[in-house]
Amino acid sequence: MFARRTALAGLGVVALIGVLGARMTFLQVQQHDYFTTRSNDNRMRVQVVAPVRGLIFDRNGVLMAENLPAYRLEIVPEQIEDMQDTIDRLSKLVEIREQDLQRFHRRLRTEPRFRGVPLRFLLSPEEVARLEVNRHHFPGVSIVAGLSRSYPVGESAAHLLGYVGSISEAELATLDESRYRGTNYIGKVGVEYSYEDQLHGEPGSRVTEANAAGRLLRELEYSAPRDGKNLYLTIDTRLQTAAEEAMGEETGAVVAIEPDSGALLALVSTPNFSPQLFVEGISHKDYTALQKHPGRPLFNRALQGQYPPGSTVKPIMALAGLETGNIAPYKKVWCPGYYMLPNSSRRYRDWKRTGHGWIDMFEAIFRSSDVYFYQLAVRLGIDEIARYGEMFNFGSRTGVDLPREKAGVMPSKDWKRAHLGQMWYPGETLNSVIGQGYFNTTPLQLAHATALIARRGKGFRPRVLHAMEDPSSGSIDPAVSTPVPEIKLKDPGNWDLVIKAMTDVVHHPRGTGGRAAVGVKYKIAGKTGTSQVAGLKQDEAKAPSLDKVPRHLRDHALFIAFAPVENPKIAVAVLVEHGGGGGAMAAPIARKVLDAYMLPRMGDDSEPPL
Amino acid sequence: MIGDSRRLDALPGIGELLARMRLDPPLLFLLLLLCGVGLFVLYSASDQNQAVINGQITRLGLGMFIMVVLAQCPPDWFRQAAPWVYIAGIVMLILVLLVGDTSKGAQRWLDLGIVRFQPSEFMKLAVPLTLAAYLHQRPLPPRFKHLIWAAILLALPTALVAKQPDLGTSLLVATAGLFVLYLGGLRWRLIFLGIAAAVAAAPLLWMNMHNYQQERVLTFLNPARDPAGAGYHITQSKIAIGSGGLFGKGWLNGSQAQLKFLPESNTDFIFAVLAEEVGLLGVLLLLVLYGMIVARCLVIAVRAQDMFQRLTAGSLGLTFFVYVFVNIGMVIGILPVVGVPLPLISYGGTSIVILLAGFGILMSIHGHRKLLTS
Repeated sequence: MFARRTALAGLGVVALIGVLGARMTFLQVQQHDYFTTRSNDNRMRVQVVAPVRGLIFDRNGVLMAENLPAYRLEIVPEQIEDMQDTIDRLSKLVEIREQDLQRFHRRLRTEPRFRGVPLRFLLSPEEVARLEVNRHHFPGVSIVAGLSRSYPVGESAAHLLGYVGSISEAELATLDESRYRGTNYIGKVGVEYSYEDQLHGEPGSRVTEANAAGRLLRELEYSAPRDGKNLYLTIDTRLQTAAEEAMGEETGAVVAIEPDSGALLALVSTPNFSPQLFVEGISHKDYTALQKHPGRPLFNRALQGQYPPGSTVKPIMALAGLETGNIAPYKKVWCPGYYMLPNSSRRYRDWKRTGHGWIDMFEAIFRSSDVYFYQLAVRLGIDEIARYGEMFNFGSRTGVDLPREKAGVMPSKDWKRAHLGQMWYPGETLNSVIGQGYFNTTPLQLAHATALIARRGKGFRPRVLHAMEDPSSGSIDPAVSTPVPEIKLKDPGNWDLVIKAMTDVVHHPRGTGGRAAVGVKYKIAGKTGTSQVAGLKQDEAKAPSLDKVPRHLRDHALFIAFAPVENPKIAVAVLVEHGGGGGAMAAPIARKVLDAYMLPRMGDDSEPPL
Repeated sequence: MIGDSRRLDALPGIGELLARMRLDPPLLFLLLLLCGVGLFVLYSASDQNQAVINGQITRLGLGMFIMVVLAQCPPDWFRQAAPWVYIAGIVMLILVLLVGDTSKGAQRWLDLGIVRFQPSEFMKLAVPLTLAAYLHQRPLPPRFKHLIWAAILLALPTALVAKQPDLGTSLLVATAGLFVLYLGGLRWRLIFLGIAAAVAAAPLLWMNMHNYQQERVLTFLNPARDPAGAGYHITQSKIAIGSGGLFGKGWLNGSQAQLKFLPESNTDFIFAVLAEEVGLLGVLLLLVLYGMIVARCLVIAVRAQDMFQRLTAGSLGLTFFVYVFVNIGMVIGILPVVGVPLPLISYGGTSIVILLAGFGILMSIHGHRKLLTS
């Protein structure tokens, strides 16, 4: 009896051991992989190692954007007894703004208690010193070194370079989060924006083992970040600075292009602003000030400003006339100072009320006759005008490697129907041929078109990237010029005629651009432009003198030029908002830019050639 | 080996000595092996804390000493002492309820000045001894009136321990007594009737359970219910075990245990440490080791010479296995979390001493056999 019961119990024991063994086999064999993952998730903490943002240089290696050591203030919550008291006392030593506090409290909720939470970024040396001295009063508060973007060229080229700033919610939603973990900044505008991908680099990672309390114990794995590429821009800071100085206090833009490559040598929009303000997180006050500034400093006029090109398009219109056989270059035409369409009594006035008299094509360009071109316009018709304008890229983006470029408007019948829903009026053809009316171009488009003329129809897409350097290997990857479709003329000799006329603009004694020629040692081809802001009444006999018009109604002054004429190395477009006459205002600025480029190359200056 | 000690004849000196000390060589060998293994596991589970190891060795030493001493006592002494031990245990349980130390919300400890002591552990021995002594001279299978008395002897300490509250131990105390009745030949229909009654009484039991006890049962039924709180133990334990795989992560290399993801790793959940570090192969060897110990106990029971000895030996052996099963079952998630240590491996005082004392009684039973014919 007892033995049987014992044996039965023994069988039960064996069965239950079997149950345990089976369950263990299930956990340790079948579910082994699953639990291994769970176990690794428990112990391994992956930290992102942020890549160092690429540097930006100009074409000669002048540093334009760098990363400077910056100090931030961090607080380790678990070491703080009274957080409010600590912050109150800290605010007596360093400036703590409302936005700092908000960000701090937001992060405080999500970070583990033993990890430092940043309260202030970019401490000044004085603030660092003050904190260091008082360090023993602040257990749990530490000064941490990091890198911060800095622009050693200051306000110069601010629009071109752009700036970085804190990643916004909207940006966070679209970008690849895994690449930006550990990074606080992202390019917002300019080169910093358009080459964000290359400048940013690829983050590395550090896998550390952590215990149940979350403390990091040892490094298991480290993969180094791939730092961002260093960029060399086509910009020449000396030329850029010269152009900025030439603009002085004027509002406007200067664009200089190397016709042989499409490389932008200078890209100026005035007034400038300090990109550094945005890196540090611009204060509400500073931002309002920039927004309310009458010169709208944040507006990049070189790419986004759309202005009627005025008479600067006349060489292209003349080319259209020559090619279509509507102009005989040496045939003189009578310019009485106004023009009337057939069957119309409306007078389309020349800018020169008294007229230019008998003029040929060259004079019509270098003296900038409107009437000559009104006559041409009637023969060409708007669609032919638009066709030639579009050859020179008017009405579409140049495709420059900078963000938010505007396309301008090359008006045509189709354009008007599509955008305004209206039919085309013949008078509008007259406005278009002298770069007025609906016609709008950006300074960049003008410079690009000028470069196309300089190279007789051959050209390249404008670009600011000169080369990219891999910081780890030091290997340099030069940017490639992308040719734009060549403008092929039936008679290539027409290029020479137009360029001859443009040379006369500067060098002929009666040329409108004569101010650009004073004491010049090389040959410049150019064209003035004065684009109307406020229309004149048709019968107003004489334009009111400049200083009687309120500034915001004054004409924009334009000048396009390239040099040297024989072998063009640089093409420039200058726009001065409300600057009045192109010849008086814009041509001297263009000359200074050309000099800054040309003179060092001519051995006329102690500076080495660019 | 389990059934026969004569193989140690190769070492006549030691065999002779052990026989004179009334120690059963196979059982002694298995116990020493288990304790040795246990020390290694504990060393790893306690973060290589030498103080913990020293404490455990001290306790094992004390337990072994008591085992050896008890082995010298003739089995009749236990039978005669059983009622008095039982009464003393009941008195201590009542004292605990009145003046006991509170630890983790339950009154389980009695401070005797020199040692802190858990009387409920004591009852794990006292109850089977008393029941075995009570049934010793009575006809088996037990008559109804004897069963009534046996049930009272069983219910009183069970209720007192449950009152502390320590549901786990009270069930184990009851189990030890029930094994005596089972081995005593309790009729099957009464056994099934009892099981049915227990199932029927389950809701009643549930309603009388403390919140934390209900919580444990609920968590057992669905560990995902509260992964950060009550389910954390069992989840981490399963991660430790499962990630150990076939061969384990190596001694001292279990990340779950070493990095403290596994709670209570040197007490109730020490089995998970072992499973993580030595894997399924190590676990199966341990199960075999426990199985051999239980088997040896049952052999001793079958060879024992009177009913008291048989019932006591059988009950102690089976209860030992129940401890193993309940602990491992809890750790691997097939039983609810009850505070039962892994026998002779978990860190902790009273349990080890009481277990080894029980083995002392088994050794005494085996060592005092009168050989009828040689």
